[in-house]
Parts: sequence; structure tokens; C-alpha cells
Amino acid sequence: MPGERMFEQRDLVLPGDLLARGDFKAGDNAYKVGDEIRASRLGLVEYGEDEVSVIALKSCYDPKVGDVVVGKVVDVNINGWDVDIGGPLEAFLNVKDVIGGQPSPDIPLTRIYDIGDVIVAKIVGFHKTSMRPLLTTQGPGLGKVGRGLMIRITPTKIPRVIGKKGSMISMLLKETRCKLILGQNGYIIAIGSKRGEEMIAAALDKIERECHVPGLTDRVQEFIRSLKGGGEKVAAGG
Amino acid sequence: MPLVVEGKRVDGRGLEELRPIKIESGILENADGSAYVEQGRTKILAAVYGPKELHPRHLADPQKALLRCRYHMAPFSTEERRSPAPSRRDIELSKVIRNALEPAIFLEEYPRSTIDLFIEVLQSDGGTRCTGIVAASVALADAGIPMRDLVSACAAGKVDGFIVLDLCYVEDQEGEADMPVAYMPKLGQITLLQMDGLMTREEFDRALNLAIKGCEQIYEVQREALKKRYEAIERLVGGEGT
Repeated sequence: MPGERMFEQRDLVLPGDLLARGDFKAGDNAYKVGDEIRASRLGLVEYGEDEVSVIALKSCYDPKVGDVVVGKVVDVNINGWDVDIGGPLEAFLNVKDVIGGQPSPDIPLTRIYDIGDVIVAKIVGFHKTSMRPLLTTQGPGLGKVGRGLMIRITPTKIPRVIGKKGSMISMLLKETRCKLILGQNGYIIAIGSKRGEEMIAAALDKIERECHVPGLTDRVQEFIRSLKGGGEKVAAGG
Repeated sequence: MPLVVEGKRVDGRGLEELRPIKIESGILENADGSAYVEQGRTKILAAVYGPKELHPRHLADPQKALLRCRYHMAPFSTEERRSPAPSRRDIELSKVIRNALEPAIFLEEYPRSTIDLFIEVLQSDGGTRCTGIVAASVALADAGIPMRDLVSACAAGKVDGFIVLDLCYVEDQEGEADMPVAYMPKLGQITLLQMDGLMTREEFDRALNLAIKGCEQIYEVQREALKKRYEAIERLVGGEGT
């Protein structure tokens, strides 16, 4: 081991906590000053071979190339759309990345996507100067979402919604018979019956609150079954 | 009116004793992060939004995020009704609090965006800028904003010739000096130091050390508040699952 550890694996740490001293590298949500590694976010500490990182319990979305995200169109420009993807900056979707090639000047862009539309898109890069994420909707599964319920959770918890080898998501799909679109940015769309969508929303709320406690999938399954069995007794998460 | 009688202060505290303090984090559903702090009779609510797109865009800093801070006293927070419009004092305190928090935040991670911070004083009994900083820093950590350390804050001052900790409103008004200090306990750095009134150099040193000791005590309460939320859920569901 290259240095001294100050916490046990997966302890809850706060910003500023000294995590390790020595020859470690600072991973996600950690920073290094001299030979001291400290946490920069509230989360669970993770000691690797030569790296110390923190799994944040809450965080803003950090866009990465290749991420599939769910976004909402907030503005239409001459050559594309501004899309809110929940990150620090609005993303930009160029017309060329929607229809592939030059747009015909007589088709207004609002006919393709209008303000308020919810779209599934992929991050292809970043603008050279403004650093805004650039999107495309060319590809399987990408494009406008017609109907469904949009739910926001903390992006750091998307892996928990998927679960180990997809255990959580397959359970959710099976129990509620809904279709789920997961954006890496924490925006989720549930498409199914009204009842099913409501159950997904309640389940996601539970996942978000309890994701740091083991045994999550079983608890959520039990929870959904109790919702189904309870008829009108929908437990409002709070 | 004497403010210190036989080592006891107007509210019955000892000279180096804090007011009872209570902190809760994450209490507002719609904000990205929030905190509520009660310190004696001072009650403050803080909410954080962001980092998010900045409007108007021309204010954006290409190097780092902007921290926008609004300190505001509610009309019903003082004995006489207060105009809800931001006063000169509100604007100054907004700036002072922003400057006290900026060194703790990794603003450079989010260029061109903004972090909005709202500090609402619901009830005031002195020391609102320190309590505001304490609430704001818990709200920032709760929002998942990357920080070097939490910021704690506490005032020390001179009342009736004694160096005292955590002044309340009467002591601030009638006392000889009031010195708010904001401090990053894990890094040992001061981010705010103001003084109103007169103290000798020797008194200043004693007051500063006392204020830092106060900050460290408040820091422990801040830590507990942030941890408590997750541990409470763990206890709640730990019984039925796993």
C-alpha cells in the first residue's frame, strides 16, 4: 500500500475530510494537496490500489462524451436547439446532427423539435470555446419522446437504478410492465400505464433516498408489490 | 445595565459558551441543497441551486462558476417590522458571506455557470452573518457542490470588559466589540474576519482563538447534521431489509 488510510472502506465522509496520506492518486470527488488526499463531496470513501475516491451521494450531472441523456428543449435557434440536460451548462443540438446534412430552409426547426419537447440524445463532444455539450439524435433509440412520465433523480444514482447486472431495472420492468428510458444525466422517462408510471416514480424516490443501504433491490420489489396489493393506498415518498 | 454578572451573561450563559445550536440539512424538497439552523433565538434557512446555466449570459466567467448570494432578513425577523426590500446592509452582508464561502468551493470546475445561494433570516437575535454562513455551507455540501472543506463561523467579542463567545443582539449593541470569524476547520484557514469596536492586541488574540474554538464546536454540529440524514434512513430501513 502506498500510504496511510484514515477511514474504513465505504465510510461516510464529508468535504474536507482527510482520507489518506501518502502516494495515492486523487480519484473522483477527492483532491490532493501535498501528500494529503481530501474529500470534496459528501459520500462513501472508496480505497483502490493506488487511488482514493468518493462515491458522491448527491452531485450535479457531469456530461461525458458518449453518454445518452434525456433533455428538454428550452430554446430554438437558427441552426439548432438549446437543450436542458440538468448539467451546469445547456447542451446544444445542431440541425445537422438531427437530419444528417443541410436542412432545407423552408422547414422551420420548430416542426422538428419545439420548445418543451423531451428528447433522448447522445453527447458527441463539447463546443470548442463555450464548453457546452453537443448532442446528436441520430442513432437507435434517440429522438423525441412522445409520451410518458419524466422523473429526475441525482445522476450519481443511475447505476443503482440499473443494479448489479441490471437486476434492479429488470425487476422494475417486470413488476410494473413499463418501459424505462434512463438518461445518464438523471432524467428518467417511464412509459406505460398511468398506475405503472406512478409506481416507477415512487420506487425511484425510494431508490434515491435509500441507495446507500444494502439490500435495495429486494426492498424496492417488496415496496412495489405492497403498492400493487394495497390498491389505492399509494405511499407518498417523503 | 450590566451585561455580565458573576460570570453569567444576559441569557444565563458562561463567558465562553455557545448558544444552543440545532442544524438540519436537506429540508427543502425543491432546492438542490438546503439547511435550517437555530442558534439561540436566531433562525436561518439556506437554499442552494446549481451549478446551472447563467442568465444573463454576459455575466458568465469563462474561468469559473459565479457564486450568487442573497442574504435577506424577513420582514418579521426583527422586533420592528422590517421593509422586505433588500437594504444596504443586506447587500453588504450578501457580499461578505459570498467572500467567506468562495475560497471553500471548487468554482473552477464549472466555468460559465452559476451557483445560487439564498439565505433567509426568519428570526434575528444577532450573529446572523455567522449563522448564515454555517447554514449556507451545510446547504452547499448537501447540494453536492464540490468543496475543499465546510465553512464554520462564530463571533467573539468584548462585553463589559470580558472576552465572550457568540454574541447575541443585546451584547452586540451594548458591548465594546464584536468580531465575526469564518473558518475552515479541517484546513485551518480563516475565510472571514471582521471587527466592529475596540480591543487591544492582546484581547484581539484571545478573542480570535476563542472564535476559532467556537467554530470548531459548531463544525461538529454541522457534520452531525449532514451525516444524520443518511444514517437515519439507514436505521429506518436497516430493520426490514438485508
